[in-house]
Amino acid sequence: MSALLEVSGVSKSFDGFKAIDNLSFAIGEPELRAVIGPNGAGKTTFMDLVTGKTRPDSGTIRWGELSRDLTRLSESRIAREGIGRKFQKPTVFEDQTVWENLRLALKGTRGPLTVLTYRRDRAERIAALAEEVGLSDHLARRAGELSHGQKQWLEIGMLLAAEPRLLLVDEPAAGMTSAERERTTAMLVEAAKTRAVVVVEHDMEFVARLNCRVTVLHEGRVLAEGSLAHVTADAQVIDVYLGRG
Amino acid sequence: MTRIPLIRRPDVLAVLVGLTVLTLLATIGAEMGLVSTSFVKTLGKTLCLCLVAVAMDLVWGYCGILSLGHMAFFGIGGYAIGMWLMRARTEDIVAAQLANRPLPPTPEEIDQAAATQIFGVVGSDQFPWMWVLSDVLAVQLIAVVLVPGLLALIFGWLAFRSRVTGVYLSILTQAGTLALSLWLFQNDSGLRGNNGLSGLQNIPGLTHVPQSTLSLWFLWASAIALAATYILAAWTVSGRFGSVVRGIRDDEARVRFLGYDVEGYKLVVFTGTAMIAGVAGALYYPQAGIVNPAEIAPIASIYLAVWVAIGGRGHLWGAILGAAAVSLLSSWFTGGGAPDIDLGIYVVRWTDWWLVLLGFGFVAVTLLAPEGLAGLILRLTRRRPDRIGDMGPDKGALRREEASAEPAE
Ligand SMILES: Nc1ncnc2c1ncn2[C@@H]1O[C@H](COP(=O)(O)OP(=O)(O)OP(=O)(O)O)[C@@H](O)[C@H]1O
Ligand SMILES: [Mg+2]
Repeated sequence: MSALLEVSGVSKSFDGFKAIDNLSFAIGEPELRAVIGPNGAGKTTFMDLVTGKTRPDSGTIRWGELSRDLTRLSESRIAREGIGRKFQKPTVFEDQTVWENLRLALKGTRGPLTVLTYRRDRAERIAALAEEVGLSDHLARRAGELSHGQKQWLEIGMLLAAEPRLLLVDEPAAGMTSAERERTTAMLVEAAKTRAVVVVEHDMEFVARLNCRVTVLHEGRVLAEGSLAHVTADAQVIDVYLGRG
Repeated sequence: MTRIPLIRRPDVLAVLVGLTVLTLLATIGAEMGLVSTSFVKTLGKTLCLCLVAVAMDLVWGYCGILSLGHMAFFGIGGYAIGMWLMRARTEDIVAAQLANRPLPPTPEEIDQAAATQIFGVVGSDQFPWMWVLSDVLAVQLIAVVLVPGLLALIFGWLAFRSRVTGVYLSILTQAGTLALSLWLFQNDSGLRGNNGLSGLQNIPGLTHVPQSTLSLWFLWASAIALAATYILAAWTVSGRFGSVVRGIRDDEARVRFLGYDVEGYKLVVFTGTAMIAGVAGALYYPQAGIVNPAEIAPIASIYLAVWVAIGGRGHLWGAILGAAAVSLLSSWFTGGGAPDIDLGIYVVRWTDWWLVLLGFGFVAVTLLAPEGLAGLILRLTRRRPDRIGDMGPDKGALRREEASAEPAE
């Protein structure tokens, strides 16, 4: 299995502070991967780098069969390459209905003039997606009126709608009830059957339920990688992360 | 979800019916002598201002770009059509004068005489380069949309590509507008400096038609243009394109991560609305009779934003209400319609105090009804959802108070 995404030797400093320090990371397709690490470990910054929101100071980020260098592409271009992202804080379009939010994310044409003239709504696909994330009864509601958990799901639904090859999910379970968490786990595990999924999460119970390979980040570097049992047994990991929690 | 066909949407119907009733009443009134020609012109001009307000609402209310330069595009539209109107009419006049001579005048002589006539005031007797094709109506009609479109395209491309947003972009549009008006004020700009272009109410070839009839024709043309643009704009902001554009207004970074090229969308909206503004100006100035650089001054574009804010940003019909209400009130107050108030020690003359009143009105709307007239109307007819925050993190995002419970489609 060759890697779908290969991050090698990437560094990024903010005002002299090394947020990401010579980080290397690879993920295949399909694969589910959990990324854990203490606050400020650089997990979100890692996602920013892959999605083009921030540019690395050094290192390469290679993507796909053609090993395309993502550091040269714009954010929108990277998204069109098939990388979807869910933000730490749920970001949906609050002024628009659930239905409109999902339609916005559907895989397909993205250029202004084609979007203006091409007006098929693909209602069945939207309905199916809403069903998948449990929002069938809320299609006509504005996203701003949804509960926190529902917004998180809507955002996951939008990710699925785009049919990405790689899904980057930042703290999906934050602020969810335990029933909601369980449902979210199922959604992610299901999604990872056909694509690469990277989940950043603080909650160890949640990570355990994902039942996948775990990468531990600390001070912008990979501290350990392997099964959850393996990394939690690592002395360094216990020291910097688990020991404090 | 079933979508209501565009033509059956209540706002589209209301605009179409409203415009039909207005133009019919004005026509009947004018024919019966109840409505003066100057009032018909005021109505026609107001419709053109409503038209440019719709453009402003598209670019600001929907796309979140607070352009303070769209009245410049409006003015350019006026200049483009004004060049043909003034030249063709002057040529008709000098041809008639020269026709009395024993030898009939050559086209060159007519051209020369017309140039002297038009540019004498700025000390020139030549048509400047940009007037080369100004005697061809089709060329000037194309220029009405093409020149604003091209300028907007170049400006927008430079600004959006560098990701200039928010207040910086607004300042840049003001700077561009100021530069354009200062250039137009110069005598050697080729557009008669501060004299501007005049006599535009006289349509060459239609000199036998009295102004009372012409004014009605322009009223109808303005109403048709407004109706057509309204339908086009409503169509544009419905569907996925509208979703993308509103998404850009509220959270443009998020739109980027969905794979949309935000700069491209902004460019389409900015350029498209500049072209609409050009058309509105081309219909307005033949009714006003004169276009000069003062019309393009930065303040005009700020007024435009005020109209849309008062009407209610993010509702196309709100923009029409705002522009109509403010400009009709403005001509009533400044035209001597409003009686002066004698306070004994001081007489309030509305011609002087109207701007102050408008300023207070704007502040009142911002503080008491930030969602504008449209929001007030919706508040009376619908329940507004209780919200905690604004609709998105961006500067141009709809604020909490502006979010009425009107479904987008
Ligand atoms: N744009 C930025 N400017 C300056 N510093 C930044 C920026 N983005 C991130 N940082 C810093 O980089 C470090 C890593 O931040 P990051 O958000 O990636 O951590 P994280 O692992 O996601 O933490 P958390 O678990 O709290 O979400 C932090 O110290 C943060 O302050
Ligand atoms: Mg984070």
